[in-house]
Amino acid sequence: MNLRLLFPLIAVSALLGLLFLGLGMNSRDLPSPLVGQPAPAFQLEALEDPNRMLTEQDFIGEVALVNVWATWCSTCRAEKPLLMELAAGGIPIHAFNYRDERDAALRYLNVSDNPYQTIAYDPRGDAGIDWGVYATPETYVLDAEGVIRYKRIGPLNRQLLLDEVLPLVEKLRDEQRRSEARRVAQS
Amino acid sequence: MKRSMFLSLLGLPLWLAAGLAMALAIGQPIEFETEAQKRQYDTLVRELRCTVCQSETIHESNAELAADMRRRVYDMTLAGHDADAIVDFMVQRYGDYVRYRPPLQANTALLWASPFLLLLGGGLAWWRMIVGRKRMVQRPEFTQQERETLQRLRSGD
Repeated sequence: MNLRLLFPLIAVSALLGLLFLGLGMNSRDLPSPLVGQPAPAFQLEALEDPNRMLTEQDFIGEVALVNVWATWCSTCRAEKPLLMELAAGGIPIHAFNYRDERDAALRYLNVSDNPYQTIAYDPRGDAGIDWGVYATPETYVLDAEGVIRYKRIGPLNRQLLLDEVLPLVEKLRDEQRRSEARRVAQS
Repeated sequence: MKRSMFLSLLGLPLWLAAGLAMALAIGQPIEFETEAQKRQYDTLVRELRCTVCQSETIHESNAELAADMRRRVYDMTLAGHDADAIVDFMVQRYGDYVRYRPPLQANTALLWASPFLLLLGGGLAWWRMIVGRKRMVQRPEFTQQERETLQRLRSGD
């Protein structure tokens, strides 16, 4: 008799527990299969100069961030002061100007600061699909070899930078220094 | 009063025209070389999930990303890629999440097994109930005295 009463109680508590766990999950936190993969190839015009073609090689060479932004994206605007700080701190930031208009983007960068070293103009979201962009803003961390080591969907914030991005950049720079030292030693 | 009615009547066709223009803008360049390509495209856009507007296929979604993905499916279909190659392409970029039909693999095993597990659980509960009911004692028969009382009540004495 006791057991028969206990069983539904256990079942209901188990279900509630499961639902409670589900509450804590964010359905927007999607795993990115691109982490650990080399930066996808692309060929796009530079935002500042339609005659200059950029490829993924322009993003590769040192540990860098790649930020996907647009002028219509207000979260990107809110995020930019942080990017300015990063750029001032010596971290190169490359960018995709995503589904935007060239004039609007250039005007925006003219009247406010520009944290970006290289900006690829992607008005149709072509590179966006190759890079698995969900929604702006998005930020990738590339290591010196051009492998994607981290991806953030949504805006960066100070806590995230301190906890995840900056330590990772430090670690990747360490890796880079070590592999360069090895190369020198070998040659 | 009359004027406003006239204006709203005039407005109606404008709204209809605007709606049609929007529909055309959302629609896509549907021109295929073969029937097989068209079929592949039609199937794929209903099997791929739009990643920004979750729980919509890229076929239903009006999001720009969905339009990009539809265009990519279209381009790849015309270029002669088969359905698996296109799905793989999307999965490589957006993860298993883009598939509305999840593949059977280690992290989806529970998902696939859950209907059968639920069926098993339900069957077990049902079986227990049947057995329990069978074991229940039979309702006692009325005694002669009770039957007489009932009879009396029924006839209304």
